[in-house]
Amino acid sequence: MIVAERKTIPEMVQILKGHKKILVLGCGTCVTVCLAGGEREVSIIASALRIASRVQGLGFEVSELTIERQCDNIFIEQPAEAIEKADAVLSTACGAGVQAIAERYPLKPVYAGLNTTFLGVLEERGVWAEKCAACGDCVLDKYGGICPVTRCAKHMLNGPCGGSREDRCEVRPDRACAWQLIYKRLKDIGQLERLEAISEPKKWSTSLSGGPRGIIREDHRI
Amino acid sequence: MDKFEPKIIAFCCHYCAYSAADLAGSSRLQYPPNVRIVRTPCTGRLEIDYYMKAFENGIDGVLVAGCEEGSCHFKDGNLLAKRRVNATRAVLAEAGIEAERLRMVNVSASMAHPLVEYIKEMVETVRQLGPVKVKEEVNQTPTGAKP
Repeated sequence: MIVAERKTIPEMVQILKGHKKILVLGCGTCVTVCLAGGEREVSIIASALRIASRVQGLGFEVSELTIERQCDNIFIEQPAEAIEKADAVLSTACGAGVQAIAERYPLKPVYAGLNTTFLGVLEERGVWAEKCAACGDCVLDKYGGICPVTRCAKHMLNGPCGGSREDRCEVRPDRACAWQLIYKRLKDIGQLERLEAISEPKKWSTSLSGGPRGIIREDHRI
Repeated sequence: MDKFEPKIIAFCCHYCAYSAADLAGSSRLQYPPNVRIVRTPCTGRLEIDYYMKAFENGIDGVLVAGCEEGSCHFKDGNLLAKRRVNATRAVLAEAGIEAERLRMVNVSASMAHPLVEYIKEMVETVRQLGPVKVKEEVNQTPTGAKP
């Protein structure tokens, strides 16, 4: 899932200053699951903005709405009326959602209320961790299902670096050493011989360094 | 100048603080009339939104009274409430409301005296802070916006 974090209320106020009717638009997919921009968070953000507005005399009129998914054109139709009535939209979706709304409503200022942070999973209640860098050339098959590109601080494909202490990463001692995990996992599934192969330099052109990415599926096109 | 009389909501857990407030009444203990008590099944039931809405609608202070740590009727509801209260205090501070206006205390059903003291303290704290600014009428035109 896409994991995001709320911007602070002063940051949002700074972004929205000068507008009057503001729609806080939530998204019911990833950011709801990571407790950053779903219906509940939209309600809290809207309340905080109303309070901030009255304290600072900003004159905001804040309304709120949460739709199923902001990154899908079908669902973006639903808030059309609310968006038309607003002077500006504060979207609490991921960056993709914010841009989808902005593209669909070209004359309406659309702002991001969240910082989209990473692709990850919920490790335990209240703890999210990055698991995938969306590099476009998946190597998980070679490393027992543990991604060295994302989870090794040095992105080493031929690790370990030798700097880990116990099973902790030397760059981020609060994180596990990805190569320790890879070794243990490959040992457990009886595939340690995979580590004998030297990995060639990775194809980074499929990543962001190759420019904005897109996929065209002819079999699905109309 | 008239003395400012704050309006305060006390969310009291059914299993402890509400009984303590009841006991305070039976024992003829007096506490300031500024407080409106709202009984909740457990302080863990209280969402961040409840506190935000209370402040948004002009309350001056919110007291959350739950069971003592380790003796929640539902095991850990009061610990959840503690975290949510702390999170709400942070959001309130960001929005421009003093964090001291929201406070959580822990009492047992027999602690009528301490509850009364907590209520008095809360009323005094909020009285010192003065009215919440959210009550002020907005008459400024924001920069760049059409009047």
